[in-house]
Amino acid sequence: MSDHHHKETFITKYVFSTDHKMISKQYLVTGIFMGIIGVFMSMMFRLQIAWPDTSFSIIEAFLGRHQDGGVMSPDIYLALVTIHGTIMVFFVLTAGLSGTFSNLLIPLQIGARDMASGFLNMISYWLFFLSSVIMVISLFVEAGPASAGWTIYPPLSALPQAIPGSGMGMTLWLISMAIFIASSLMGALNYIVTVLNLRTVGMTMTRLPLTIWAFFVTAIIGVVSFPVLLSAALLLIFDRSFGTSFFLSDIFIQGEVLHYQGGSPVLFEHLFWFLGHPEVYIVILPAMGIVSEIMACNSRKPIFGYRAMIGSIIAIAFLSTIVWGHHMFVSGMNPFLGSVFTFTTLLIAIPSAVKAFNWITTLWKGNLQMNPAMLFSIGFVSTFISGGLTGLVLGDSALDINVHDTYFVVAHFHLVMGVSAIYGMFAGVYHWFPKMYGRMMNKALGYWHFWITVIAAYGVFFPMHFVGLAGLPRRYYANTAFPLFDDVADVNIVITLFAILGGAAQLIFLTNFFMSIYKGKKAEQNPWKANTLEWTTPVDHIHGNWPGEIPAVHRWPYDYSKPGQEKDYVSQITPLYEGEEES
Amino acid sequence: MTALFYILLAIVIGIAIWQIISIFNLKGAIATEKDNNTQGILFAVFGVFFYGLMIFSFWKYSVILLPESASFEGARVDNLYMVTMVLILFVQAITQFLLFYFAFKYRGIKGRKALFYADSHKLEMIWTIVPAVVLAGLVLYGLSVWNDVMDSSDAENPLIVEVYAKQFQWEARYAGGDNELGRANVRNIKGINTMGVDMTDKNAIDDIPTRELRLPKGRQVIFKFRSQDVLHSAYMPHFRAQMNCVPGMVTQFSFTPSMTTEEMRANEKTIAKVEGINKIRAEKGEDPYEFDYLLLCNKICGSSHYNMQMKIIVLEEADFNNWISIQKTIAEVVQE
Repeated sequence: MSDHHHKETFITKYVFSTDHKMISKQYLVTGIFMGIIGVFMSMMFRLQIAWPDTSFSIIEAFLGRHQDGGVMSPDIYLALVTIHGTIMVFFVLTAGLSGTFSNLLIPLQIGARDMASGFLNMISYWLFFLSSVIMVISLFVEAGPASAGWTIYPPLSALPQAIPGSGMGMTLWLISMAIFIASSLMGALNYIVTVLNLRTVGMTMTRLPLTIWAFFVTAIIGVVSFPVLLSAALLLIFDRSFGTSFFLSDIFIQGEVLHYQGGSPVLFEHLFWFLGHPEVYIVILPAMGIVSEIMACNSRKPIFGYRAMIGSIIAIAFLSTIVWGHHMFVSGMNPFLGSVFTFTTLLIAIPSAVKAFNWITTLWKGNLQMNPAMLFSIGFVSTFISGGLTGLVLGDSALDINVHDTYFVVAHFHLVMGVSAIYGMFAGVYHWFPKMYGRMMNKALGYWHFWITVIAAYGVFFPMHFVGLAGLPRRYYANTAFPLFDDVADVNIVITLFAILGGAAQLIFLTNFFMSIYKGKKAEQNPWKANTLEWTTPVDHIHGNWPGEIPAVHRWPYDYSKPGQEKDYVSQITPLYEGEEES
Repeated sequence: MTALFYILLAIVIGIAIWQIISIFNLKGAIATEKDNNTQGILFAVFGVFFYGLMIFSFWKYSVILLPESASFEGARVDNLYMVTMVLILFVQAITQFLLFYFAFKYRGIKGRKALFYADSHKLEMIWTIVPAVVLAGLVLYGLSVWNDVMDSSDAENPLIVEVYAKQFQWEARYAGGDNELGRANVRNIKGINTMGVDMTDKNAIDDIPTRELRLPKGRQVIFKFRSQDVLHSAYMPHFRAQMNCVPGMVTQFSFTPSMTTEEMRANEKTIAKVEGINKIRAEKGEDPYEFDYLLLCNKICGSSHYNMQMKIIVLEEADFNNWISIQKTIAEVVQE
């Protein structure tokens, strides 16, 4: 691993690389590519929602036989929302976010030469790549891709008679996700082992940056919950292909009774949400870690309440595994269970509140350096609060009855885990780009990117709450069948315009990202004047990260503006000064 | 015209790319004091925009919201909702203000040193305990409403109605004179017996199948939900009622209608909403709309999910009894 003279070919360096830094870039670029597809899909179905029955040549050009004179068909509309959800949740915000930054930062910030198993790490990425390819291929099958919603509830997802996307498209979806889960488990095991075993001298658990704590706990939740989704997917494959009845019973469709007897779709919902809910924390915790780190650095202040931050990460992770039933208040499960899940769900608000207040206090009396990463971190806290608070409505079973599956839910989760996690990801990219590519991203473009995105995101999701409170269900191809919702049409147009604006703003990011790789300003070793270990490595990547010995760590990562010090930052590798007390 | 539009669009995109590249060539990467100043001020401006957007949305979009609940149980839900919403908006207003204000106020200045403030057990205790106490209250209140809504075991002489879902249609079955639904299973579906009612069950004989839902005001209705193919969700937003319809099992929900359709049409909020809708419809040259309660599908169920609805009419109890007494029983329907 530390053999610096090891000869590398193009293939081993750029393709089948076992170097965590290269794998992290591979995750990021694949994630960005999938993100482009996912966001583009949302633009298309937003056009349909705002202007149903209107012809768009862009829809004609991209949807081929799934449209009629520029108007998309209802089936492909459902397929687009399904694949948009799947891609954004799993491929962008799980693999793209966690895969990129866990891989990049775990070895660099704990002081390790690489991941515990570079080979497993490589396999993990290539399985993710394979699953991405299969998911993209599924867009092109005859009957269209999976279209039962990203939650793929059977019987809809099990019966091609019920919706055409449940044929080949669904089969490919299940195969892709099974491979994805394998990839994610390999990644997670690697992260856990690396954090536990490969920390450098002096890097105790309470000297770890909050990023590492977040990635570490995220990996644990992944290992606990992803296998359950795999089992659900396997049982669904059995129901679909081998005639078992795990999730199906008493079905009469297209004039005939099917043989299924004794299964229950509610069982599937339990299995799905046992992953599905922790999944949103798998998405958001890494973003929280990234934001904590960037906020401290750019405020030139220690993160407020370091230990409380760790405690709340652990508390959120623990609670996340016992709240899945709040997605099922009206599924027909016993109302008593609803009571239990309401209780556990609202408990999550406590550690979340602690985190939000600690972030705000971190800003207080800071000396804020307004780098693009910092702007996105502040944006993160704002959307996390805005989206998180409406969780008090949805997590309360009595209130959920009337807003369940309406646009209120869509607005809530997009703000709290979609937009927030994307902001976390952007913050991470702007902040660690110099570490990844040895060059800097352009700040002016970063500012434009941030402000347009933040206005567009609120412009989309704030009014959307009202659409939900008007009673409009999500996943409606059009609301033209209901005069009751005629007055929602104007709001939907506003939302779509903001969505297009927000989508277009990402072109600024893409230009900035790809141009900076080749033409960005050369980075210094520690451009943000940060304390953490990754900034002690050379700008140009080397295998094994540090040229000589791995430095030992003497202090926690948040000694910013420490009294008695001349500089406003003290690297973790600086020994305590005489008479200095460790914070 | 379209060609002109595309030419203009191409020009706009061209200018945008040119601008992006020329900005890129400025090469700046790390925020300077000037940037800190500008961006800090922008956060203050954005804070104003943010509150403006919230206030504007509440002012502009309140009219599209659902009118007050048309069921007694729903009224309790609405109260809980109001309490929760006040709390949410209070916390939202304060935290967002602090966030944007700090971003503005503490924007970086060269040479200033930030306050080294790493911990305060007192503060952290405050924002652990205060939310915990508030949430405890919210949980208790919420659960009391939830139990009230979900528990119909003490209902006196409730009306039993089956709501039956299939792609992409609703049907209903009243329990009839004995107020007990006959057994049913999809395996009995045959011809006109579309809900698969077991005609050998004596409870089934007097059941009444219908294609619309009429409910008596003031009498508790217990709904039994079934589905014959995929998951559906019976969503009756005006009554704050929703329950999934699950193939292979019977689910249940109940409420007591508190306003007839006529009364709801005369409701102030409904009138305002309907006026708004009819203004839009008039512009499009469509017929005016008259308010009706609806049952709609709220669980993705296939191509026509977006058009799976059934009208609900709430009547005075006497009118309801007159109506139900002239409906044909399933035995009569099947015999015909």
